Amino acid sequence: MTLSRLVTLFLVALQLAGCAKGAPEQQQKARGPAGPPACGDALVTGSIGEPSTLLPVLATDSSSGEISGLVYNGLLRYDKNYQLEGDLAKSWDVSSDGLKITFHLRHGVKWHDGHDFTSRDVLYTYRVIIDPKTPTAYSEDFKQVQSARAIDPYTFEVTYAKPFAPALASWGMSILPAHLLEGKDITKSPLARSPIGTGPYVFKQWIPLQKVVLEANPDYWEGKPYLSRYVYRIIPDSSTMYMELKAGGLDEMNLSPVQYQRQTNTREFLSRFNKYRYPASAYTYLGYNLRLPLFQDRRVRQAITCAINKEEIIQGVLLGMGQIAHGPYKPGTWAYKPKVDDFGYDPARAAALLKEAGFAMGSDGVLVKNGKRFSFTIMTNQGNDQRLKCALIIQQRLRSVGIEVKIRVMEWASFINNFIDKGQFEAVLLGWTLGQDPDIYDIWHSSKTAPKELNFIHFQNAEVDRLLIEGRGTFDTEQRKKCYYAIQDILAREQPYTFLYVPDALPVVSARVRGIEPAPAGIFYNLIKWYVPKAEQVN
Amino acid sequence: MVNYLIKRILMLFPLLLGITLITFTVIHLAPGEPVEMQASMNPKISAASKARLRELYGLDKPLYVQYGRWISHLAHFDFGRSFAPDNRPVADKIVERIPITLTLNIIALILEFGLAIPIGILAAVHRDTLLDRGISVFVFLGFAVPTFWLALLCMYFFGVKLSWLPISGIHSLGSDRLPALARYWDMARHLLLPVAIATFGSLAGLSRYMRSTMLEVLSQDYITTARAKGVKERIVIYKHALKNALLPVITLLGFSLPGLIGGSVIFETIFAIPGMGQLFYQGVMGRDYPLVMGILVIGACLTLVGNLLADLCYAFADPRIRHGKG
Repeated sequence: MTLSRLVTLFLVALQLAGCAKGAPEQQQKARGPAGPPACGDALVTGSIGEPSTLLPVLATDSSSGEISGLVYNGLLRYDKNYQLEGDLAKSWDVSSDGLKITFHLRHGVKWHDGHDFTSRDVLYTYRVIIDPKTPTAYSEDFKQVQSARAIDPYTFEVTYAKPFAPALASWGMSILPAHLLEGKDITKSPLARSPIGTGPYVFKQWIPLQKVVLEANPDYWEGKPYLSRYVYRIIPDSSTMYMELKAGGLDEMNLSPVQYQRQTNTREFLSRFNKYRYPASAYTYLGYNLRLPLFQDRRVRQAITCAINKEEIIQGVLLGMGQIAHGPYKPGTWAYKPKVDDFGYDPARAAALLKEAGFAMGSDGVLVKNGKRFSFTIMTNQGNDQRLKCALIIQQRLRSVGIEVKIRVMEWASFINNFIDKGQFEAVLLGWTLGQDPDIYDIWHSSKTAPKELNFIHFQNAEVDRLLIEGRGTFDTEQRKKCYYAIQDILAREQPYTFLYVPDALPVVSARVRGIEPAPAGIFYNLIKWYVPKAEQVN
Repeated sequence: MVNYLIKRILMLFPLLLGITLITFTVIHLAPGEPVEMQASMNPKISAASKARLRELYGLDKPLYVQYGRWISHLAHFDFGRSFAPDNRPVADKIVERIPITLTLNIIALILEFGLAIPIGILAAVHRDTLLDRGISVFVFLGFAVPTFWLALLCMYFFGVKLSWLPISGIHSLGSDRLPALARYWDMARHLLLPVAIATFGSLAGLSRYMRSTMLEVLSQDYITTARAKGVKERIVIYKHALKNALLPVITLLGFSLPGLIGGSVIFETIFAIPGMGQLFYQGVMGRDYPLVMGILVIGACLTLVGNLLADLCYAFADPRIRHGKG
């Protein structure tokens, strides 16, 4: 998984599987002795979508990211506990004023075609990302760079105009081979379909819409991965994927909450597969259009949160495979504040708050203020069943405190263009994928409210603005933590969103694969250490 | 006849131009742009880079300029490059999907005609008997049952429970290492379920059509005459009646030509078949204008050619059309 992908926060129209409490959980049946790690066998995994391009600077989809993550490396990466560690850089220094970052690159790393990896590659990658002709989604973080230079083949230095904490995470961007790309048009490069990287797996074959095959890199600087091949099968339907898994055509996939809870608890299934469960890096929320007079009253937003039973949503939509979200961070990460003064489920308090805000019960059972009924529409995107169910449960709950809710489901492009971008909505039910760095400037800063920007609910809070700038302007984790804690308190009080839930990721892996060690970051961080004992190898 | 043919062929060009003009406009009427699909809701993309993307794709130009550009490229048989992030030539993307879609559709079409025609005749000859009703129930069942549901049931039964057939895709993993014959066998096993289910679902239309034309012909005077002469029933049906009842089928065959490169999204998605249906769907959802236009143009051409061929074959088969002028 490339950092570039994780760093990017973007709305997922994909269905995210459900959530858990705290530590990762594993359901595993005791097996015979595993035997020592052995090379060989293949891991066959399934994906709904096909990768778009294997040049990571040009891709934004998760399929491309998953494969690129095995073929390329960044300078830095996050470890299993969400701590930054060196990847292609063996170490890095930040100058005391926070303006200069120096990366000391690893010696002896080779590209898959045998060339040496040097600072020239890093410099090229930086230049191609900021090149206006490159259609990349990742240039913003790199535009903060004032100058970049390669001091010697193994030292690379960047200078920023002002201290910029998300910079470190941004250097998780996959480094591209300069010797193959320099002076060429990157959008027409053959590397998009047959990449050459420095990573643990070497690209072997891509049959469009069928599969991508990678092979273990024998010269990988961390050691050759045990699993000899990594096969990425494209299976666009999740029911089909599940049947392929059961029939032995796949070794790994993500389960839906229903599959996890109801369909995979048989003795037969559990003897063949191990199920894992940990919080996904995403949350789902109900957002209010704060330009509408109705939602400008804080008490109204608080009342809606009080009227919604988040636990019930998690049970109903995710079958319990998730946890309540109180703010914009994932539980367990350093920026997450475990205790915030949130509004729990309390219909009586909701009623009181609404009364205080001037609403009175009308004759038809709907609240009225100044002759206007309290009625609004929740919009969400088509194709995400969980969101629709969520909206239905909310509709029911709000109805019981006297708020009428209508639900409108729309195709993604029309939804974004005609409604979100034009501010033509009352409330939306959507989700965000979380990046590794806690900087959330783009979603909450008051300057980000122009059409097509992400603070589309028009949240404006001077204190949050100040804290966001302070938080991204220092490398001191303690100081950043204070900023983000304070932001979470403000958001809990203001309720610009009703944060609903953090779903669980529910991967399942064939039981013959060993070496999987669940950690806060999930299970895929140590893929190169996964192995199949000699006696159980099949592929 | 030759004059007529030339006239018909010349007519195709303005017709095609009209079709492209209308589809081009309609596609651009839908809200959203390819740039949006890649950039919307992504905090790391600035307005400037979005503008750059629009410029790159030529979306900043007025619509008529975009159309002019597109049509002049098309005149050189250049479909342009896809607006999807892979930015590949549209022609490549279509060409890599056509073989599997064609294979599947041709086999299904042969099976459909090969089964539906006899079924229709049988039903007409045994009109209102138990056999006729049984056939009706069978073909309507195929028509009514949702294919995705039937597909999943069959996959579960034949793939998971019995392990007789592969579940999805068109090749097994590692089939590229097999000898040629074994590879074809492997592919045939993969195609069995999709083809069978597709055929089952399409029997109703054609067989009912066949039944009604056959009934109509059987009620004609010349059939009564033939029977009165004492011609054997077999010969009455298969020689005198069938020939005439088959005529409209030629038209239907012509209509199925454009269908050969089309594919059902649901079907291809369920069986993980990399066909045209999925490509088109993704193109529409991603507002990939060049790709959508490319597929539509090919479809339009095939429709026009199909109609032309149907008319010609009809004229060839039916002397009334060939000679009669009204």
